[in-house]
Amino acid sequence: MISIFQNYGGELLYGLGQTLLCSIIALVFALIIGSGFAILEVFPNKFLRIISRVYIEVFRNIPLLVITMFFYVVIPMYIVEISGFASGTVGLILYSSAFIAETVRSGIQSVDPGQMEGARANGLTFWQAMRYIVLPQAFRYVIPPLGNQFINLVKNSSVLAFVAGFDLMYQGNVIASDSLQSMSTYLCVGMLYLILTLPLSYYMRYLEKKLA
Amino acid sequence: MKKIISRIGLLLTLLLMVVSLSACSSSASQKNVLKDDKQTKTITWGVKADTKLFGLMDVRDNQIKGFEIDLAKAMTKQILGKDGKARFIQVTSQTRMPLLRNGNIDAIMATMTITPERAKQVDFSRSYFDAGQAILVKNGSPIKNVKGLNHKGAIVLGVVGSNSVQNIKKFAPKAKVLQLSDYSQALTALKSGQGDALTTDNGILYGMSIENPGYSVVGGTFTNEPYGIAVDKGQGKMRDAMNHALTKVENSGQYNQLLYKWFHKVHGFDLKGAER
Repeated sequence: MISIFQNYGGELLYGLGQTLLCSIIALVFALIIGSGFAILEVFPNKFLRIISRVYIEVFRNIPLLVITMFFYVVIPMYIVEISGFASGTVGLILYSSAFIAETVRSGIQSVDPGQMEGARANGLTFWQAMRYIVLPQAFRYVIPPLGNQFINLVKNSSVLAFVAGFDLMYQGNVIASDSLQSMSTYLCVGMLYLILTLPLSYYMRYLEKKLA
Repeated sequence: MKKIISRIGLLLTLLLMVVSLSACSSSASQKNVLKDDKQTKTITWGVKADTKLFGLMDVRDNQIKGFEIDLAKAMTKQILGKDGKARFIQVTSQTRMPLLRNGNIDAIMATMTITPERAKQVDFSRSYFDAGQAILVKNGSPIKNVKGLNHKGAIVLGVVGSNSVQNIKKFAPKAKVLQLSDYSQALTALKSGQGDALTTDNGILYGMSIENPGYSVVGGTFTNEPYGIAVDKGQGKMRDAMNHALTKVENSGQYNQLLYKWFHKVHGFDLKGAER
C-alpha cells in the first residue's frame, strides 16, 4: 500500500482534488435546487406542485449512471460539447437534488402548520413566512438526513470514473491496471474517500448537536 | 477527553481492519490447475465479450463468439481430449488479472499483449496472434496517423488497463488520454465527439470499422502487440500444455481456417501475413 502512495501519489492526489471539486460544486447546487423544489412542493399553486413532483420522481428513480451517460453521450451529439467531468457533475446535481428536495420537504411538513398560519395572519407574505419562520425550523429537523445525502453525494461522485472524469475512482482503476495490485490500490482509494467523508460526517454531527 | 480516546480507538480499529485485509491478499492458490481441469474435463477461459472479431456477446443466443472463442475451444479439445469442455467467463482488461489470480478462471485469452511488466505477474504462452496498435478516426478527420495526434488539445480515447494507453503516451506525448471502461463505451465516446481518435490494437479497430462504416483505421500500425494466453504464476505445466496445444492447432491447419473464418472480410487485414 505504501508503494502505491509512493509511485502514484500525484495521480491519487489529483483524483482526490477532482472528487472534492465535483462534490463541492454538486453539493452547493444540489442543495439550492433541491430546497427550491422542496418549497415548490408545498406551494399553494397546484401547477408548480406538479412540476416539482415530476422533477423529483424522474431524477430520483433513474440510476445516476444513466443520467450521467445521457449527458456524456447524447447531449454532445445534438446540443453542446460537454466534458466527462461536467457531465458527471451535472448528473450528480440532478440526482442528488431530487433526494435533497424530498428530505427538505419532509422537514418543511414536520413544522407545525400553525407556524405558517400564524405568520400569514401577522401579515407576512408566503415567501417571508417561508424564509423567516418555516425554513429555519425545517432545516434544523433535517440536518441528520441531509448529512446522509451529503455523504452519499461524495461517494456517488465515483460515477465520474465511467465518463473519464479523472476522479479518485478513475485514478484507482488506472493505477490498479498499471501496477496490477488491485487490492492495495482500492484500499488506498477507500482510505482517501474516508478522508473526505469522515470529517463531513463529524461536521454534520456537530451541527446537529449545536442547532437541534 | 474520553471522546477523543474513543475516536482514536475507532480509527485504530479501521486501520487494523485495513492491515488485516491486505495481509490476506497473498495468492491463495497453490493448486495444480492442469490436473484439476483434467479431472473436471473443463477449462475455464477468461475472454472478451465486447470485442468484435475476437470475442463478442451475441445477444440473440447469449453466446460469446469470435476468433479467440473458437481457438480456445480447439485448444481445449487438444488438451483434454474430445469430451473436454470449454467454459467462458467474460472479462475486461481491468478484471482479467484479479480473476486469474483468484482462481476464478484458469487462463486468459482476451486480446492480452505479452509485455515484460505483465510477465512478472503471470506466465504467458507464446503468441497466438500478432496485432499492432493503430488509431480509428471519423471519416474525413484531419488526423491521418498517430503523429497527427501529437499536439496540445488532441484527445485520444482508450480503455483502462490496456497496453495501448501506455504506448500512446510515448507516440503522442502532448495528447490527452481518456481511459474508458470498455471498448463499446470508448467507441460511443468517439461517436459523441468526446475524443479525436480511438486507439487500441488494429484487430479490434477493424472490428469496429466493420460495424461502423463512418469510421476507419488510418496510418497503419505503430507498435507490435503479440497476444498471448496468460496463466497464473507457478502453473508452468498449464502453460506448456497451452503451447503444445497451440502448435497442434497450427500444424493441423485449423488455425488458418479460423483466421479465414473471422478475418477474410476485413478490409485492409493482411490475411496471408497472419497465417501460420
